[in-house]
Amino acid sequence: MTAEAVPASAILLRSGNVRVKKLAETIAIPLGALLASAVLFSIFLLLLGKSPIEFFALVWTGGFGSSFAIQQSLQRAAPLLLTGLAFAIPARIGLTIIGGEGALVLGGFAAAAIAIPLVSNSAPAFLTLPIMAIFAMSAGGIWIGLAGWLRHYRGVNETISSLLLSYIAIAIMNFFVEGMLRDPSSANKPSTMPIGDAYKVGNIPGLDVHWGLAAGILLAVVLYILMSRTTFGFAARMTGGNPRAALAQGLPVGFLIVSCCMIAGACAGLAGFFEVAAIHGQANASLVAGYGFTGILVAFLARHNPLVIIPVAVLFGAIAASGGVIQRRMAMPDATVLVLQGILFVVLLVSETFYGRFKIFQPGRTGDRT
Amino acid sequence: MTLSTLSRRSLLKAGAAGLAATALPFGFAKAQSPIVLGAVYVGPRDDFGWNQAHATAMAILKTVPGVTVIEEENVPETDAVSQSMESMINLDGANLILATSFGYYSPFVVDLAKKYPDVQFRHAAPLWKEGDPTNAGSYFCYLNQAHYVDGVAAGLSSPTGKLGFVAAKPIPSVLSNINSFLLGAKKTNPAATVQVIFTGEWSMPVREAEATNALIDAGCDVITCHVDGPKVIVETAEARGVKTCGHNASQAPLAPTGFITGAEYKWSTIYSLYADLLAKGEPLPNFIAGGYHNDMLQNSPYGAGATPEAIAAADAAIAGLKASEPIYVGPLKDNAGNVVIEGTMDNYDPVLDGMNYLLEGVVGSLT
Amino acid sequence: MDSSAIVTVLIAMLGGAIRVSTPFMFVALGETLTEKSGRINLGLEGNLVLGAMVAYAISFHTGSPWLGVLAAGVAGLILGALHGYICKLPKVNDIAVGIAFMSFGTGLAFFFGKPYIQPSAPRLESIPLGNWTGNPALAQALQVNPLFFVGIVLAVAMAWALRNTRWGLIVRMTGDSAASAKAMGVSVDLVRFLATAAGGFLAGIGGAFLSLYYPGSWNQGLSSGQGLMAVALVIFARWNPIRCIFAALLFGAAGAIGPALQSVGISQGYYFFNAAPYILTLFILIASASSKGAAREAPGELSITK
Repeated sequence: MTAEAVPASAILLRSGNVRVKKLAETIAIPLGALLASAVLFSIFLLLLGKSPIEFFALVWTGGFGSSFAIQQSLQRAAPLLLTGLAFAIPARIGLTIIGGEGALVLGGFAAAAIAIPLVSNSAPAFLTLPIMAIFAMSAGGIWIGLAGWLRHYRGVNETISSLLLSYIAIAIMNFFVEGMLRDPSSANKPSTMPIGDAYKVGNIPGLDVHWGLAAGILLAVVLYILMSRTTFGFAARMTGGNPRAALAQGLPVGFLIVSCCMIAGACAGLAGFFEVAAIHGQANASLVAGYGFTGILVAFLARHNPLVIIPVAVLFGAIAASGGVIQRRMAMPDATVLVLQGILFVVLLVSETFYGRFKIFQPGRTGDRT
Repeated sequence: MTLSTLSRRSLLKAGAAGLAATALPFGFAKAQSPIVLGAVYVGPRDDFGWNQAHATAMAILKTVPGVTVIEEENVPETDAVSQSMESMINLDGANLILATSFGYYSPFVVDLAKKYPDVQFRHAAPLWKEGDPTNAGSYFCYLNQAHYVDGVAAGLSSPTGKLGFVAAKPIPSVLSNINSFLLGAKKTNPAATVQVIFTGEWSMPVREAEATNALIDAGCDVITCHVDGPKVIVETAEARGVKTCGHNASQAPLAPTGFITGAEYKWSTIYSLYADLLAKGEPLPNFIAGGYHNDMLQNSPYGAGATPEAIAAADAAIAGLKASEPIYVGPLKDNAGNVVIEGTMDNYDPVLDGMNYLLEGVVGSLT
Repeated sequence: MDSSAIVTVLIAMLGGAIRVSTPFMFVALGETLTEKSGRINLGLEGNLVLGAMVAYAISFHTGSPWLGVLAAGVAGLILGALHGYICKLPKVNDIAVGIAFMSFGTGLAFFFGKPYIQPSAPRLESIPLGNWTGNPALAQALQVNPLFFVGIVLAVAMAWALRNTRWGLIVRMTGDSAASAKAMGVSVDLVRFLATAAGGFLAGIGGAFLSLYYPGSWNQGLSSGQGLMAVALVIFARWNPIRCIFAALLFGAAGAIGPALQSVGISQGYYFFNAAPYILTLFILIASASSKGAAREAPGELSITK
């Protein structure tokens, strides 16, 4: 177990020069890891008789090579940002919540469900959308909050309960979407009533990316401040570092755990809201797209730092975006990208071990890390 | 609605040749300019089912000079598909997109067709209607006719008359296959029943195997299905010594003793037509659909499970369908006793596209 | 629901328990061993899927399904060993590496598994134990694959070995307190490496059961998360190999409820019946858990329960 919670507070205590070195380290190590995984994957490609040069050229073309490609990467990053936050926040308090997928699905479903009466009574969009978002965030928040509550008050392991709750959330959504709340005109793809173009969340001006990205970035910043600059965050991280000590010090551990879980669920629920309000316009089985699970990796690679989640989510978006180009141009199966992702993740995670090992990045005296 | 309904029925009747003329003149005006065709699949191209049926037929388009085919598989029905299609357009210069999964159409194909008026979109489900973008369109085969033929053969191949159906979801295109299978079976064995189990997912092999076993335990002696990849179901039934009818692609090799026949698409008919039109630089039709009467379906070669009488009856049924003999001959009741079809329905009547009932003789319910 | 319908559903649940439980059993046993040593491998889903593909491919090429089972185990072993090796590096988080391996393992399986979706490979035979019943449904439910028994024997052996052997003591001690294990001169890293590799081996075999017996086919949708769920079942079974067996059986039986109820004409709300394994597991967890009980039985070094 590495103590993720410690460095952030430790950094704050250090001087400016140390900070620069620290920053250099946080940039150099992941870059090295990226390079190493590129080399490993090139070997894989060479063994298959494919050209690594062509491959990485296509990754560039598909992920970053043009303003179109960049926008595609950003589009795909938007939901991952939010689901990444949904894993990272409970992780700071020491919980492993892998049920973001369920909170996203339930959030999207709640948003679409509450939209039905509002839209059919022609409520104005500026009222409808916030209400939808609030419902989505509440639904997701309650769902993950439940996992946190069960953990603290009933001793139910949150990893397993959040996973189970995830499957149950999907069943709930399917049950209503294919039954009571099914729009009769959604014949072969059972869905709730579409909210219609007038109610849809649009794109960020000048970009082909919906507002979910902006919301995600904003939330990441807000949550970063909450977790590293407030008493709440300090108490949460302390609880994550040592729950027993936190209890002994009289911290409201139960409150902190449930709150962090609810924040996490709200993030995932908001991702569900944007899936419905910005993309599908309705809730259906397409909400189950695996963003919740990918978000877990995003959070880990960002070391549960809300700010770092932003670039990591974009990187994931770029890899996903270039996957299609690679399939089409190189006639390789879609699983190629899965292999690349797997290698990349493993190498990036392995690179964690190098933090603090290179003298060049170290401050003059030894750090206060244990 | 009436207008589109009418025009659509007449379109269907007119057959493929007439269809081309009704399409608006668009896009490939520069006949000689190269065509980049982007094909999007929802699952792996070799799934022994829906995607494979498309991918195999797509090979025809690859042979057309001046046409480059680029393909992307495992694209979910989320905004991932609009991103894939946009990427094909912007990065690969695709000017014709074939979107082969139902959920791709709305909102993704419709929105992109509005955004890229110079690109043609064709989608494999009967969803395009008047008023939708004219650079979009639909193509579809009504597979229920082939399931009807399956039913005819199954009715004469099943000793008990108890047939089983493993279905993914209770949606019209699936219900239509179940009901047609029942009506076919009733044609040759009026006492036949079809018991249905919904798995709730398009691909969930363990549950499909469980459902197959449950049906066999309930006494069914012919099993058929409508899921993405029928391999598991056919193999499970074969292992238990029960007969099978296939779906989507020929599963005959998987069940050497019990296979009767199977319902198969013939996308190649539509893709050949597209290939012809593209080669000539002519526009593609906005709507093209059909079944046995215009060679868009086939039944898998009869297997050892089909009795001689069953083969004869199935051949006769195919001949009947080619002559547009109706499947839904009213009055028909659903399995709750309500009359759901009053008179006789044309095999392509759009009302059937909205089917939300199981006919009398089907054991099961929708919710 | 009349009595014959109830009998039908019960027989189906029995059959489901026997047919569906084996992969859960193997993955859960493998994970129990790994977690007993103080490490968690969340990536066994990857081992399961890769094992399923390798088993099918080898069985197809060699004509011997048992060789396929062995190969699946070896594939799982390699992934497990990699996981075990990487996680011994300082500051590397085992949960995260597990999730990365899930992606890596499934990716490899999908990538190399393309040519094996279509062909039919020789599959494992079952032992008919129910011919005496005269009831075809019951006889079918009692068609049991040898791996099922291997799993049960393994669980009993593992439970015994963990409690009564020197090796078992070392594994448990490593899992409960690395410091005291070190004090006894035990190489904590080596024990965990071996436990993770062995766990990976078992998960691979679980995959072989999927592709070579039930449902007995290789395709990309084969697993639908069984590996992940099995890891969760270990927590449910509180790190006890015998309880893993019961958890797997319960989960398998619950999975049969949905299709069986539909087959006797009860299909209202089938989404919830299909979700029965998850709902049931959650309720049992809530009912049986208490803040202290779970913590007492968890290996002290386990990151997920700290």
